[in-house]
Amino acid sequence: MLSFILRRLLIIIPMALVVVTLTWGLIRLAPGNFYTGEKKLPPAVESTIRKKYGLDEPWYKQYGMMMSNVVRGDFGDSLKYQGQTVNEIIWRHLPYSATIGILAYLLALGIGLLAGTYAAMKQNTVLDFGPMSFAMLGLSVPNFVLAPVLVIFFAFTVYLLPPARWGGPLSLILPVVTLAAIYAAYIARLTRAGMLEVLRSDYIRTARAKGLSDRTILFRHAFRGGILPVISFTGPALAALLAGTVVVEKVYALPGLGDIFIKAVLNRDEPLILGIVAFLSILVMVFNLIVDISYGYLDPRIRYE
Amino acid sequence: MTESLETISSGSPWRDAWKRLRRNNLAVVSLCFLAIMIVAVLIGPSILYWATGFTYDYTPADRELVRSMPPSLLHLMGTDDQGRDMLARVLQGGRISLMVGVISTIVSLIVGVSYGAIAGYFGGRIDNVMMRIVDVIYAIPYILIVIVLLSVFGGPSTPAWIKWLSTTIGGAGNQGLSQLFLLFFALGLVSWLTMARVVRGQILSLKNQEFVMAARATGVGTFGIIFRHLIPNALGPVIVYATLTVPSVMLTEAFLSFLGLGVQAPYASWGSLADIGIKNLAIFPWQLVFPGVTMALTLFSLNFLGDGIRDALDPQTRKF
Repeated sequence: MLSFILRRLLIIIPMALVVVTLTWGLIRLAPGNFYTGEKKLPPAVESTIRKKYGLDEPWYKQYGMMMSNVVRGDFGDSLKYQGQTVNEIIWRHLPYSATIGILAYLLALGIGLLAGTYAAMKQNTVLDFGPMSFAMLGLSVPNFVLAPVLVIFFAFTVYLLPPARWGGPLSLILPVVTLAAIYAAYIARLTRAGMLEVLRSDYIRTARAKGLSDRTILFRHAFRGGILPVISFTGPALAALLAGTVVVEKVYALPGLGDIFIKAVLNRDEPLILGIVAFLSILVMVFNLIVDISYGYLDPRIRYE
Repeated sequence: MTESLETISSGSPWRDAWKRLRRNNLAVVSLCFLAIMIVAVLIGPSILYWATGFTYDYTPADRELVRSMPPSLLHLMGTDDQGRDMLARVLQGGRISLMVGVISTIVSLIVGVSYGAIAGYFGGRIDNVMMRIVDVIYAIPYILIVIVLLSVFGGPSTPAWIKWLSTTIGGAGNQGLSQLFLLFFALGLVSWLTMARVVRGQILSLKNQEFVMAARATGVGTFGIIFRHLIPNALGPVIVYATLTVPSVMLTEAFLSFLGLGVQAPYASWGSLADIGIKNLAIFPWQLVFPGVTMALTLFSLNFLGDGIRDALDPQTRKF
């Protein structure tokens, strides 16, 4: 077990470096540069900029320079936000995305697990179709449509909640609900499918034959196996939520990481893009590792080599 | 002879699945809705033009007078902020949104299925390397990949075959249209990863079965085994996943249009229409409601249909 975790932890670093390399290659593949804008720069200015950032060096030297910094965890200064290091920018904006992301995921887990389990127990009845149709609706309404509709209703019609911006717990409600909707729908569907599978299995029949109560069967036996799909969905989902979600941040004017990332991509702010991509990929891999470990606890049939 | 053949085919898994699908009311309703939608976006714009003279980019000369009109008998869905008929724009937008969904899914099918099948069939080191590549691409945000693809192959460097495709399907060979086709392919090229994983898993469990051994014994080549014997047997999960890819690609396109990276004016997709609608939501709600509801209903039916197909193909849900 320990060696499994160690091996997986060790491989995260080279994988992240490969991701950074590919991202760097992708950015360099696209024509143009971060300083190319609407107006063409005077040649003197352009050559100064190129010299300052070492853009006239051969590509392998530029790559080597970038890589030797990245390996030390130093992504350098942002090209657009003058005088701020990439690490500073990430750590400054992460708390906003993380707060909203974690709250939204907890809310989604609560609703999704409840609705999914309930639907599975009442399979093919109104109590199954009802919540599941509702979940499908959650998956089918784009969040950039849901968000403004919620704002119009709760902020401008009944005047209950602030429409946008960061400030106080009340201002968190709308973004968290918007973000949770789609995840709740997804978790509900995964839970239902997982629970249906488990409720059909032999060990549940055995438990029932032993005369255990429905409640014990559900919570002590079925639940552990039934939520495995949800657990494996949690890894990437939580990582994506922590890194911020662009739409919600845009609509509610929140200073999260997602918006920063899109701006960085559009501005071709290379160090910032690389920093966020590296951060995100490490996050995804760490969460996937945690998911794999928790699998072993939930399902004793799973063994690690 | 013919009779016995029929008895056999009537019990085939595909026919069984079709029977089960037909018993699923929600899936049937979704299928009908989608069929109506496809017909509407295909011939709707022409009928509307014949009946009223409105097209998706027809702006009347006195456009100050007809801007953002509420729905009426003349404009069933009202007009947008340029005075264009919303119904015409929603139909045209649907054409593009559905095309995004279908073409991108086909691209992701072709790439994902062959990639996953090859990785699964050869196994061992090849499989390991190919799947690690998928893992790595997974970790790169797709927004970045789409933007780079659009900017590398956009403008003058658009590949000739994309230009050819857009002129063949779209008629006039203008810049906006080939840009649109580029978007289709870019979206397809970022959405094949899960498909590859699904197919690989299937192939791994299929490749040691007797029929593969039999095919090999009769001298079928590797290529033939993969594409004639293995892939057809893995088709069930592939179809299910493909029906679920269509709505997710459509949502991605809508999201890109929302960021201003997707469909460019004067073309519209449901996503870009909704984007404009959001800005005017408080004053002219119909500009969001009609494209938003149409899109939500279409995605809703696609998701339900995908679910229905999955239930129909999964023998475990068979009712006894």
